[in-house]
Order: sequence, then C-alpha cells, then structure tokens
Amino acid sequence: MDSLARSQRGEKLAQVVMWSSAALVSAVFLWMLSDLVTNGLGRVSWEFLTSSPSDSGRAGGIGPIVVSTLLIVSVAMVVAIPIGVGTAVYLAEFTSTESLLGRLVRRSLDVLAGVPSIVFGLFGSAFFCKTLGLGFSILSGGLTLACMVLPILIRSVEVGFREIPDHYRLSAAALGLSRTSTLLHLLLPAAAPGLAVGLVLGIGRAAAETAALIFTSGYVDRTPESVLDSGRALSVHIFDLSMNVPGGTPNAYAAALVLLGLLLLINGAASGLAHRWLGRNIATL
Amino acid sequence: MSRFRVDEGLLWSLRGVAFLAGTIVVFVVAFVGWEASAALRSVGLSRFVTDPSWYPSEGLYSVLPMLVGTVLVTAGAVLTATPLGIMAAIFCNHYAPAFVARPYRRMIELMSGIPSVVYGFWGLVTLVPLIAQVEPPGTSLLAGIMILTVMILPTVTLFADSSIGRVSEEYTRGAAALGLTRWATVCHVVLPAARPGIVAGVFLATARAIGETMAVLMVCGNVVKTPGSLFDPVRTLTANIALEMAYAMGDHRSALFVTGLVLFLLIVALVWGAELAGEGRARG
Amino acid sequence: MKRALVVGGILLLAGLTGWLVLPSSAQAKRTKLVLTGSSTVAPLAAEIGKRFEALHPGVRVDVQTGGSSRGIRDAREQVADIGMVSRALKEGEQDLLSFSIARDGVCLIVHQDNPVAALSDAQVVAIYTGQIRNWKEVGGKDAPITVVNKAEGRSTLELFLHHFKLKNSQIEAHVVIGDNEQGVKTVAGNPDALGYVSIGTAEYDATHGVEIKLLPVGGVAASIETVENGTFPLSRPLNLVFRGEPEGVARLFLDYARSEEVQDLVRNQYFVPISRR
Repeated sequence: MDSLARSQRGEKLAQVVMWSSAALVSAVFLWMLSDLVTNGLGRVSWEFLTSSPSDSGRAGGIGPIVVSTLLIVSVAMVVAIPIGVGTAVYLAEFTSTESLLGRLVRRSLDVLAGVPSIVFGLFGSAFFCKTLGLGFSILSGGLTLACMVLPILIRSVEVGFREIPDHYRLSAAALGLSRTSTLLHLLLPAAAPGLAVGLVLGIGRAAAETAALIFTSGYVDRTPESVLDSGRALSVHIFDLSMNVPGGTPNAYAAALVLLGLLLLINGAASGLAHRWLGRNIATL
Repeated sequence: MSRFRVDEGLLWSLRGVAFLAGTIVVFVVAFVGWEASAALRSVGLSRFVTDPSWYPSEGLYSVLPMLVGTVLVTAGAVLTATPLGIMAAIFCNHYAPAFVARPYRRMIELMSGIPSVVYGFWGLVTLVPLIAQVEPPGTSLLAGIMILTVMILPTVTLFADSSIGRVSEEYTRGAAALGLTRWATVCHVVLPAARPGIVAGVFLATARAIGETMAVLMVCGNVVKTPGSLFDPVRTLTANIALEMAYAMGDHRSALFVTGLVLFLLIVALVWGAELAGEGRARG
Repeated sequence: MKRALVVGGILLLAGLTGWLVLPSSAQAKRTKLVLTGSSTVAPLAAEIGKRFEALHPGVRVDVQTGGSSRGIRDAREQVADIGMVSRALKEGEQDLLSFSIARDGVCLIVHQDNPVAALSDAQVVAIYTGQIRNWKEVGGKDAPITVVNKAEGRSTLELFLHHFKLKNSQIEAHVVIGDNEQGVKTVAGNPDALGYVSIGTAEYDATHGVEIKLLPVGGVAASIETVENGTFPLSRPLNLVFRGEPEGVARLFLDYARSEEVQDLVRNQYFVPISRR
C-alpha cells in the first residue's frame, strides 16, 4: 500500500513538472513575442515597409531592404532548386543505398547540413566575391545561401519521393513507360508535397540568415538595380541598427517584428504542408 | 532504342547534378583551407594552440580560449535544452489533452523558424540587462547558454515528439494494463523505445549550437579569456570570425579562416560521432 | 490542388528569373563609386552619398563598412574607389592622399547613475589594466567595475591604446564590443560599466535619453565643442583616402564631401565639420 501511495505521489509530481516545464517554454516564447510586438508594432506601417531608410536607418522605412532580401532569397532558390531536385531524384530513384556515388553524396550532404553559416560566409567571400570577382553583391549572397539551403531542400524532396507508393513505379514499368516519362509525368507531380515543403523551408532558412550575408551581400541600404549590386538583407539591417547605429533601437524593433512575422508565416506554411502531406514535423524531415 | 538514350541521358545528368551537390562541401573546405594556409605557413600550426592568447595586432594567435568558449556555451545549452525538450515532448504525447497539445506543437514549430538575429536582439535589450542586475556585466556565458537553449529547444522537442509519437499504442496500453503509472510507463517503456530519434535530435541541436553566430555574438561579451564562472564573458569561434573579419588583413584575416577550419573540424567530428552512435545502437 | 501549386511555383520562378535578368541591362549607363572602410565614417559617407546621387543622377555611391585598415587596403589595391579611415594616415601609408571630411573624438562613458564625475589618466590606465577593480577606489560606490574594450582592428581601440600608452594584451576587459552602439548599449544596461566610444555616438545617445554620461579626458570635457576648438586630447580626423590623383566623379565626390553643403549632415551624425577649423 505504501509503495502504491508513493507511486501515486510520484505521478502527481511528474504531472506538475510536465505542466510547469511546458508553461516555462511557452512563457519564454510569449515574453519575446509580446516584447517585440509592444515595442515594434507602433512603427510598422505600409509607409515603413515601402519607404527608404534615412539617417542611417534611424528614420524612414525598410523598403529597399525588403527588396534586397527578396532578391537574395530568389537567387538562392533559383540556383538551389534545380540542383536540389536533381540530386534528390537521383538519391531516391536512381541509386541504391550501397552505390558509391550515392553514399558519398549522402555523407557529404550530412556534413554540409552541419557547416556553420559563418563558415559559408567565409567560403562565399573567398570564392564568389574574390575568386569569381562578383564582389559584394546580391548574386554572391544568393549563391552562398544556395549552398547553405541545399541539404534541407534535398532532404525534403527526397522524403517526398520516398512517400510515393511503389505500385506507381511498378504500374508505370508494366505499361512500358520509360523511366524519364515515369519521372516527369508520374513521380514528379506525386512528389510535389516534398518539393513544396522543401521550397518553403529553404526560403525560411535563407530569409533568416545573417552571418553568411555580412561578408557576401554587404551593407548598402538602397534599392539594388541589378543582382550585381550590393544589397542589405533584413536580418543584417536589424544587426546593424542594434549594434552600430546610435538611436537605431526603435527601428530595429520594428524591423525585427517584420522579419519575425514573415518567418512565422513561412514556417507556419511549411509546418502545415509537412503535416498534411508528409505526416511529419519540419525538424525531422 | 531512342527511349533508352533518353533514360541514359537523364541518368547521367542526374549523376552530374548529384556529384555537383556532393562536391560543394569539398569546395568549402578547399577555399577556407586555401585562405587559411597563409597563416598556417607564416604563423605555424602549433602557435594556434601554444600562444598565450589571441591578440592578432601583437602577433598572438591562440584559438584555444575560443574553442573552450564554444564548447562551454554549447554544452550548457545542450544540457539544459535536452531535458526540457524531452519533457515538452512527453507533455505533448502523454500529459496534455489534445486541445493543448496541438497548439503547443504548432508553437514549438513556429519557434524553430525565428531568426537568430531576432533572438540576439531580444537577448541584448532584455535578457542581458536582467542578468546584469544580478551580477554585472550581464553579457556572459550564462546569457549565451540561455539564448542558445531557447534556440535549439524546438529541434530537440520536435525530434523527441515525433519519435515518442511513433512508439506504438500497444506498448503503452500493455504497460497500463500491467498497472504501471503514466510516469513509469513513460520512463521504462516509451523513452527507451524512442531513444534513437531523441539522440539524433540532440546531435542536430548540438551542431546548431556550435554554429550559431549572431545571437551569441550579441549576448556573450566576446572577451578572449577562459571563463571562471557563469557570469564571465566568453568569445566563441563563430563570434570571433564575425567580429573581426571585416576589420582584418594579412595574417589576421588568414587566421580567421583557420578559426573557420577549426569549426568545420568540430562539425565533422560531431557528424562522425552521430554516425558511430547510430551504428552502435544498430548493433547493440 | 497539388498540380496547380507546382505550376504556380514554376511560373513564379520564371517570373523572378526574368525580374533578376532584365534590370542588369540598365546597369551599364551608371557610374558606380565604391567606398569601403571605417564603420565610424560609413554612416556619414552614406548620407553624403545619397545627397550626391540626387545632384548627379548618373552616379551610384556604394558604401561598405569594415575597418580603417580595410579602407586603406581597398583603396591601395583599388578594390574600392575611395577608402574611409577614421584616423590620420600612418607613416607607411603616405602613398595615399587623404581628405578630411570631419573630426571626431573618443571619450570615456559611464552609466548616468554613476556618481564618479571624472577619472585621471592614471586611474583610467589602472582600471583598464586591472589594478583598480572597484569604483570605491576612485570615489564611487562599492561595486566592481565592468571594463568594456573594443575588438581588434578598430581605430577607436588604436587611438585609445596610443593615448594611454597601453598594449591591448595588458587590458583586462569584461566585455569586448564591436561597434560604438554596442558599447553604448552595454554601458547603458550596466550601472557599473566603463567604456570608450566615439564622441559622436555618445553625444547623440546621451541627448536622446540613453542613460549614459560622458567623462572628461585630462580635465577637458568631452563634447563636440572641445573637439571643435581642438582642446580635447583624444581626437581624430575622419578621412577619405584615395590612391593617385583623383579625377572625374571621384574628384567631384571628394570635393563635395568637404564642402559647406554637407555640414548639416556632419552635424546630424554628431561629428565636427572640418572646414570651420
């Protein structure tokens, strides 16, 4: 009887610990969110989103910075998608787990996924900016980010392909379809969920990045006229406003709120799609 | 016949693309290594560990204090985030009613997407002054650990959540039928079965913690010294690069690439460790 | 639904690619002037650049920050058209021409609530080398001093070390900061901190409600005025440097940056205009 009472007390204790640790995690999240909202919301307006920063970003808005961010992310995705989808198709459909190339590629992608973003920044500034002579530019930044988002993109597309039931492939083979047309007409559309999730996740990863962009896409806070111009990403802008510009904190709050809102939106979309179509959460893809 | 040629062409182009994706990592190492080689030659490998400290303007290049900083911040964050994350995952699966668990999971997933610069900014304006009231200067190992904990918590939680969720209901029903309490079921049945997924999540979170730059740079104080307490400032390898890169030339710049190389080796060791852990479990 | 998404995605990508490629053809007509270097000068140079662009619609002025040494190197290797340097040129750097556009000082800052009103040079040295560790010893309250130092490569650090005849390895810091504003934030958030930053930054923040106080150096109050009349000991010129004889757009820009027309911009950044000295 005594041991039963003890285990019941243990159960009560466990319950309390569980609820309070869960409450702690939510409290931190809500604390941060409410802090950013109360300090930043007053400044966010259509005007803020579209006008140019003036007086080093203390006044004015973030229009050109939003444009630069979108351009950098687009460059990254335009470059990463063909390579990512091609690699994922190869890994999922055309190679066994024993093949040498497949194993090597997988292993190197595992390492690539772990490489810190600042190391990508070093690489980008040495390779794209210096060796290829692209200088501080949106193109350099975008290409650097493309290398960075590749592993996550490949993972999700591969999962998308693996979710396709085998009878698709078998019936296609029985009908005498070539592998090319099986891939184009049957598998690629069926793997669209993985592609969509990977795309959204990649965009989210790229839009959140700071460290890799400081040395590659630079600080210029005006609307870029081409991808060879330098352009400041939103995250770099927040960093600069909070660390380098006296009196930049109010606008840093507002810019942080905008970036946070954007990423919560992107991430919400990614997790919704991943749950509905792939039946898993976004971290474990 | 022509159909075969198309297939061959497709296969070879896919191989080419996969090869390209696989070589990126080689490119990264090659270029970082190439830039680092100048300092490795003129300063010498040994001095990166034997010099008394890191003062590039005086020709001192030890990366050891920063390596210690990275290890301490990472270890602190992983040790705090792992139990918290596992508990949050257990909470979702076994304690919370569905109408709490669902939004809670969604919230954690949203947290995983918050950019590091936002965490850093918030830490700088809110957390650091709070810590400074307890023990100045506020920018400290502790602040770094706290911010990193919040940052890697979603990764640990989501991995644990999905692998705990996969433990079949039969197991838990059986345990309940045996008269085990919910807590005993979780401890003795669910967690052991879910271990591989949880470990994988912890390894991934560790890699994220090692590589985190901006948030750590903003809250850690960045003094190149081995910290004596939680309230002492530290500089991590990543912060070292971000802080000095734009200002560095010659050997100093090259030495920062050496720092990058050290970071890369840490990650390779970690991936290797994760693989060994996975294999060990598969055999055992 | 899925198919529509895929088609939509492809269209979106195609559109983006078009948007990316098209504008680059318009680029050829523009003249680009690239400035790199000191993060202290960069905000001012960017503001001057904006006004300059308005006057010369065919020109684009790009400003990238780094450090003074980076400005020197980039100007020398002609990676950038003009370098920004927040100190006087050193002996080995006479191959470059320098054009002062403003003056700035470096001052010590403490929290507003700190009762200490002044520190002698000897006291500053003792605090930064760790011989004095408590405010009590210099007439303040009983609290440990938080020493804020600058990261390697900053000319603010060089100027500070040079003035107090210190070596960076002698300094026992508790916080190492990158840019000025980070220093101000650190001191404002910590009643026991002592740091040094550009006077421009400090005065801007102090007059905008940030809780910091500027300490005099060598008995001279730290302010824009004392820098302007030349009595403040820790001051420096903010320079634009150029290799060779500037001509064309670079010449125009260098002249414009030193003209009366940009004095309000210099003052807005809390620096001292050069032409009045």
